[in-house]
Amino acid sequence: MKLISEKGVQRILMLTAFSAISALLLIALFILSEGLPFIFKYGLKDFLFSSEWQPNLGKFGIFAMIVASLWVTFGAMIVGAPLGVACAFFLSEYVPRYIMRIIKPTIELLAAIPSVVYGFIGVMVLAPIIRDNFGGPGLSLLSASIILGIMILPTIISISIDSILAVPQSYREGSLALGATIWQTITMVTIKASKSGIIASIILGLGRAIGETMAVIMVAGNSVNIPHSALDSVRTLTANIALEMSYATGLHRQALFATGVVLFVVIIILNSIASVAIRKRMVKK
Amino acid sequence: MRIHPRYIQRGAVAILGSATLLTILILIFIIFFVLEKGLPVISLHFLTDNPEDMGKAGGIFPTLIGTILLPLLALIIASPLGIFTSVYLSEFTKENNVTKIIRFGTDCLAGIPSIIFGLFGYIFFVVTLGFGWSILSGGLTLAVMVLPTIIRTSEEAIRAVPKSYREVSFSLGASRWQTVKKVILPNALPGIVTGVMLSIGRSIGETAAVIFTAGSSLRIPTSVFDSTRTMAVHFYILAREGISAENAYGTAATLIIAVLLVNLSAYWLMNRFIAKRN
Repeated sequence: MKLISEKGVQRILMLTAFSAISALLLIALFILSEGLPFIFKYGLKDFLFSSEWQPNLGKFGIFAMIVASLWVTFGAMIVGAPLGVACAFFLSEYVPRYIMRIIKPTIELLAAIPSVVYGFIGVMVLAPIIRDNFGGPGLSLLSASIILGIMILPTIISISIDSILAVPQSYREGSLALGATIWQTITMVTIKASKSGIIASIILGLGRAIGETMAVIMVAGNSVNIPHSALDSVRTLTANIALEMSYATGLHRQALFATGVVLFVVIIILNSIASVAIRKRMVKK
Repeated sequence: MRIHPRYIQRGAVAILGSATLLTILILIFIIFFVLEKGLPVISLHFLTDNPEDMGKAGGIFPTLIGTILLPLLALIIASPLGIFTSVYLSEFTKENNVTKIIRFGTDCLAGIPSIIFGLFGYIFFVVTLGFGWSILSGGLTLAVMVLPTIIRTSEEAIRAVPKSYREVSFSLGASRWQTVKKVILPNALPGIVTGVMLSIGRSIGETAAVIFTAGSSLRIPTSVFDSTRTMAVHFYILAREGISAENAYGTAATLIIAVLLVNLSAYWLMNRFIAKRN
């Protein structure tokens, strides 16, 4: 006996297919409805471009945290992007395939390590090294950048390798047959053909770095100020939400949701750019 | 002066090779550092005793329960939704604007940082729906978070089932749904399970989304409306509030072992799947 007809099955499946998109809309709706009224009441300009964050005095300016988030993400890029892309090219062009098939999943394991563990390593190992060698409190912009740079490596390496391997083998053979070295083939052929995928991997890494919370709370020091050097303690947008959410009420809580709105918008923009870049690659293929 | 391409090539190999070596060394260092400090702390008592004095002494038993329950609930909710979505996307419809929107939504959801999931889970499940800080709120939040992973990996697994399997099934007079149930899902199962395992791994290690939705109670939960504390949250609180470095290392090591076990078995499954296919 058939419980549900074929048509019924199709309808049920279609409904579930909208689960992800409705979850996304629900998230957008609730974050915006909590955060936007505050932004309108407080004024977008005062909220975004003032650095005074004193919730007990009713001052909610997140400029210092925006700057801190940008610097930390930029720092993570400087650490993670060159290392990750170099790694991706080495593994896909210089190393035999079977070795790459062992190393790639091993590096992807880096992504599975919980972010609190990264933060803890930052506190126990990295911060003391920085404090002893460069001065400052140790928990700083620099340590946050390095830890985040390491955390985004798997994203960059894994997606870059996929896009480098998607370049047709005949391109490489053509270049090598003309007498080019592997390095010349990389710089003149492979990198051009896999550019959009590599850029997408870096943008996705960027998104991960901006959104990372727990590791940053542990290693960045969390004082609200515009950093003057890499050794200063900073507080990012994400850290601000997570640190104060547990006790915030009323206007203060709305301000934290408004911080979430800013973060949400930035992430959606970054992801849209990345997904356009990845689509472009697929179309080319 | 022009440098001979062969020397540039050698230089490039050296630089790229050392970048790769550095990455692998960092990975090995992180795992060994935590295990070396944490393994001596782990014992049967550590795993099965209740924490004393906010975790300063005693074991981590209640957090083990929380770490099992939350991902379990998340998967019970997210797996059917994710698998059905991927079945719909790959078997029941052609590429059109609707599927494009669904894919875009899934991609966006995958990129949302966990703190935003935490905020959303707090305002929606904890406050608006009135579930409070509970296993239910935490599990639902994690379910939304891992949904894109399950959709993507299941879709890949389903698409990897050869077209001829479907044709044979259809030619025998089977309907679409019968084909999905009897032919496609059984063949795609290892790939789907891999995605589910990776989701478990992510849920186990999650902190920001859990701490604001499931709370951090150290009591052993008796219903889904009770608050609970996962290992990751426990570790965060121990480390950040400097309660006990020793127990923090022990918890971190247990956490890493759990996550590695889950992920390694996912890879093992995936490799077997690929080997069978070829």
